[in-house]
Amino acid sequence: MSAPVTPAAQPAIVVEDLHKRFGDLEVLKGVSLTAREREVVALIGSSGSGKSTLLRCINLLEVPDSGRVWIEGEELRLTTDRSGRARPADRRQVDRIRRRCGMVFQSFNLWTHRSVLENVIEAPVHVLGQPRDEAVARAERLLAKVGLDQKKDAYPAQLSGGQQQRAAIARMLAMEPQVMLFDEPTSALDPELVGEVLRVMRDLADEGATMLIVTHEMAFAREVSDKVVFLHQGRIEEEGPPEQVFGNPSSERCRQFLAREGRL
Amino acid sequence: MDLTLIQTSLPQLAAGAVLTLELVLLSLAAGIVLAVATAFGRLSRLRPLSLLVGAYVFVFRSTPLLVQIFLIYYGLGQFEAVRASLVWPLLREPYWCAILALTLNTGAYGGEIIRGGILSVPFGQIEAARALGMAPGLMYRRIILPQAFRQVLPAYGNEMIQVVQASSLASTITLMELTGVARAIAARTYQPLEVFLVAGAFYLLLNLVIAQGVRLAERRLARETRR
Repeated sequence: MSAPVTPAAQPAIVVEDLHKRFGDLEVLKGVSLTAREREVVALIGSSGSGKSTLLRCINLLEVPDSGRVWIEGEELRLTTDRSGRARPADRRQVDRIRRRCGMVFQSFNLWTHRSVLENVIEAPVHVLGQPRDEAVARAERLLAKVGLDQKKDAYPAQLSGGQQQRAAIARMLAMEPQVMLFDEPTSALDPELVGEVLRVMRDLADEGATMLIVTHEMAFAREVSDKVVFLHQGRIEEEGPPEQVFGNPSSERCRQFLAREGRL
Repeated sequence: MDLTLIQTSLPQLAAGAVLTLELVLLSLAAGIVLAVATAFGRLSRLRPLSLLVGAYVFVFRSTPLLVQIFLIYYGLGQFEAVRASLVWPLLREPYWCAILALTLNTGAYGGEIIRGGILSVPFGQIEAARALGMAPGLMYRRIILPQAFRQVLPAYGNEMIQVVQASSLASTITLMELTGVARAIAARTYQPLEVFLVAGAFYLLLNLVIAQGVRLAERRLARETRR
């Protein structure tokens, strides 16, 4: 696949015919997806539909069994080992791609033995080799941006879930990723803490970040995303601008799902 | 109670305690290196390696240390190849045999402790490191091992104390460490109570230092993490 020419329409992520199975369970049954630069794509669907797995295949936290993935025009090279299982062909490429793909997890996954500031500067200093004082200065700006400048010396265990997730977002931003993957970033939060995380994500979207968001927050998906993708049992059932997917879905399953979510 | 005997035997017992300290420190230092290697070996995806290391752990945890000491001190010399080898000058010495046995023994136990510590690091934190592009070496150094270390500290402190007790078995291969000296004096004077009381007090002191050191380290790390 050759990259389209207009810079605005350059695909940041291209996924082609992705298959992934865990044992007997086929989680992805041929998924293709494109996210252009500065585009916000929301992945919705009931649990078990494969949306998280799809996200995790993009930065190779899961290795797809077959299919192709391009990040900013660079294709992930996969191969098969002797037992026939798919694996990355080049470890260094994987690490390089991951540096360009930030990821935010449902369970935050901050490193509990390091303070908030140390969490944020860890990868810039030790993976990218940035000078520590530069990394600290940038980290402080990012923490201010997510509203945690007062908490930079706190340890994760001393923070609320919403604060931890905002710290995790700052940690991701510190790598200046070209693409941001959000894996149900608010699903582990108490309802009253969801808003503060969504606010930060909305700011990122407004600044033109390329985002792929797996979410159950339908109002947020509708308001913030440029494209909504509905997955059902490992396949894309519905895909389009939010007004279309939420307003007039063509797939009956998508209709049922949205009705259950109280969105139709 | 013969206080004079306690007084006169104190210098000899103190010299024995110094030898005990040497045995313990050298075995613990070499042992922790071996333990880390053992933990990684057991966790390795290379099946032959993890099986081999698993066999080592099984053998050294499932046989008495005393048997291991005898096998190394009396047994190895039976082999011409060993006697002809470069390490024979060392293996001939009871001192190095005792250190070897203690090291191999604590390496097996310590390896299992450290393996448990590594496995205790939440998988999500490892994924977060991967997702940021950390290579495995960096991830172990910066994320996994520091946390594993905190986790294993209490158990490893226990193991260190066990090594102190175990070092008394070195007396069976003629080493005049604390227990060896005490036994010799007791045999000479027929007054075991006084001598072994003093020897026990030395062990107590040594372990007190270890226990306090571990506690201090634990408290410092706990203050940092506040889990």
